Amino acid sequence: MFFSPFFKYRFWKMKCFSRYLPYIFRPANTILSSSCHTEADIISTVEFNHTGELLATGDKGGRVVIFQREQESKNQPHRRGEYNVYSTFQSHEPEFDYLKSLEIEEKINKIRWLPQQNAAYFLLSTNDKTVKLWKVSERDKRPEGYNLKDEDGRLRDPSMITSLRVPVLRPMDLMVEATPRRVFANAHTYHINSISVNSDYETYMSADDLRINLWNFEITNQSFNIVDIKPANMEELTEVITAAEFHPHHCNTFVYSSSKGTIRLCDMRTSALCDRHAKFFEEPEDPSNRSFFSEIISSISDVKFSHSGRYIMTRDYLTVKVWDLNMENRPIETYQVHDYLRSKLCSLYENDCIFDKFECVWNGSDSVIMTGSYNNFFRMFDRNTKRDVTLEASRENSKPRAVLKPRKVCVGGKRRKDEISVDSLDFSKKILHTAWHPSENIIAVAATNNLYIFQDKVN
Amino acid sequence: MFMRGLKRKCFDGEEDIEGTLAGIKAIPSYNLQRQSLLDMSLVKLQLCHMLVEPNLCRSVLIANTVRQIQEEMTQDGTWQMINMQNTGQASVDRLVSTDILCRSSREQAEGKHVPGYSTFSKDFEGDQAQDSSETMSTASSVQALRNLQSNVWEMENSQENKGNFQKSLDQIFETLENKSPNSVEDLFSEVDNSYYDLDTMLTGMMSNTKMGHCDGLEPFPSPTTTTSSSNCKSDLNELDHIVEILVES
Repeated sequence: MFFSPFFKYRFWKMKCFSRYLPYIFRPANTILSSSCHTEADIISTVEFNHTGELLATGDKGGRVVIFQREQESKNQPHRRGEYNVYSTFQSHEPEFDYLKSLEIEEKINKIRWLPQQNAAYFLLSTNDKTVKLWKVSERDKRPEGYNLKDEDGRLRDPSMITSLRVPVLRPMDLMVEATPRRVFANAHTYHINSISVNSDYETYMSADDLRINLWNFEITNQSFNIVDIKPANMEELTEVITAAEFHPHHCNTFVYSSSKGTIRLCDMRTSALCDRHAKFFEEPEDPSNRSFFSEIISSISDVKFSHSGRYIMTRDYLTVKVWDLNMENRPIETYQVHDYLRSKLCSLYENDCIFDKFECVWNGSDSVIMTGSYNNFFRMFDRNTKRDVTLEASRENSKPRAVLKPRKVCVGGKRRKDEISVDSLDFSKKILHTAWHPSENIIAVAATNNLYIFQDKVN
Repeated sequence: MFMRGLKRKCFDGEEDIEGTLAGIKAIPSYNLQRQSLLDMSLVKLQLCHMLVEPNLCRSVLIANTVRQIQEEMTQDGTWQMINMQNTGQASVDRLVSTDILCRSSREQAEGKHVPGYSTFSKDFEGDQAQDSSETMSTASSVQALRNLQSNVWEMENSQENKGNFQKSLDQIFETLENKSPNSVEDLFSEVDNSYYDLDTMLTGMMSNTKMGHCDGLEPFPSPTTTTSSSNCKSDLNELDHIVEILVES
């Protein structure tokens, strides 16, 4: 078993959750396949809540599955902090837009948690058109001893009641229920790609390809449009919004990224419509690397503020970049995720892989960043030591509690024993969504229909 | 803008291999690579007609790529030369964007001249497809590309007739090269009405189907008409629906 002595963390697999359709619903020709999953099972978003106690996933079928971390117990020390399914519910259903004769996918594009303010948990989940606020709460007691109805709920004949009693709360098996508390609909003409909860915990924003709207959690029938980049003449459209996020501490500040590789920071105090940016981040193009695909690979697929609020991280097709908010003309750090794909761009354009939208995440202390790649590989970069590691999320090579072996892609020349050549990479196995626990070294990695949870080996 | 020497990135790795094969195969010329990329991009844009709204970001990026190629071809003079060969009247100034609307097959039969490019973003905005005056000029006016257009148009017809198809891009190109109606029919002989996803189609992952939707969803309207002109009209109606995708109501 090879370890990476260079990288700070050594991760081992805690659990792998797989979504498969039950046998009876599988298409006949795949019933014997062990890797049978439907498209509905493909995980489309992963997000820890603010304490890391809960982990939410959304899938293409519109379902949300929430995992909860087990409390540590002295009786079962080896099960320390494992995640188990806590709640499952159908968040969005497929809809049909009759006016345009188009289907609206139920795929969950993003989930964002609200900070916990009482015993219940709240999260926002969104598909292409509609954002919903869900309340997830536990029920472990129920009232018994009603006067007007019996235990089965049937009404009692009032004339038969001779005495009154006070209902008492008795314990029951824990039930977790999810209820939709708000539905924020009909505000987006184009497809929603991001939602972000503001640090004031009263508002949030939703961004589609051309517009960003600001909502108040209590008001569902109106929203404020704060960014609109739709040109008067759609023929002139050359750039779209790809991601947006609020600053973690300053409730007036947010950023949004574009398909041309630019990031704009806006201040909502300047005007109602933030079409004029306060800051504009763009790296000048490297003329030696120019090709017909330059623009496509510069398109930013994800933007994330650091926890400190001092930096932003962006992901484009081949790199991850860290920007200092105070320096607009270039990033302070650039990390190559899979530069060996640079010579394959034409094929990747042909099979549409070049349009894959990878996400990126910070660890709790902003010292390490992580993003996904192909072949179920994901990469971590330590910003301080400048070391990086490639790991694989797969069932075959990892027994439970086995430490992940670092992987290496060989670019040419002699391939060493454990290396994999670029041409052998499986481009259908892509890791687009990952999440990092807010304070501990626990990561969640979504590989198609499988969710892997890895923990840093501390012993 | 671009220097030619830096541009040979289309055919990944093949150049090296072929270079060492003692010149058995000719390395594709830059123009050919560029043309092939243009063709591929235009086909990608046309294949955006499906039940779900196409991804706007992807469409914009592909369109920008097409525009970039067009501009380069203009600067080369290749564009102008091609236009003058075929239309004799096209002006380079019209070369701003690409029109992806359908052109009636009647027009094609009459050899009506397409004015090079007209506004591209019919794909985006609902400028309604009216009559036969709307045109689908999908590429430059090079004759080979015209054939490509007409074949793609046939493909579009069949597509809208049959509803959906699941084929990889390679197979589409093969069919188009053959340029015979029979092969186009063969292409769609195994079409079923199951829901398809553009991405899975183009990446060749044909086993994925969207479960649970086939029942609730009506099959894509498939008018069965025999004459080409009535085909065209009903398809234009459908195209209205499709073009309305991105109309802002």
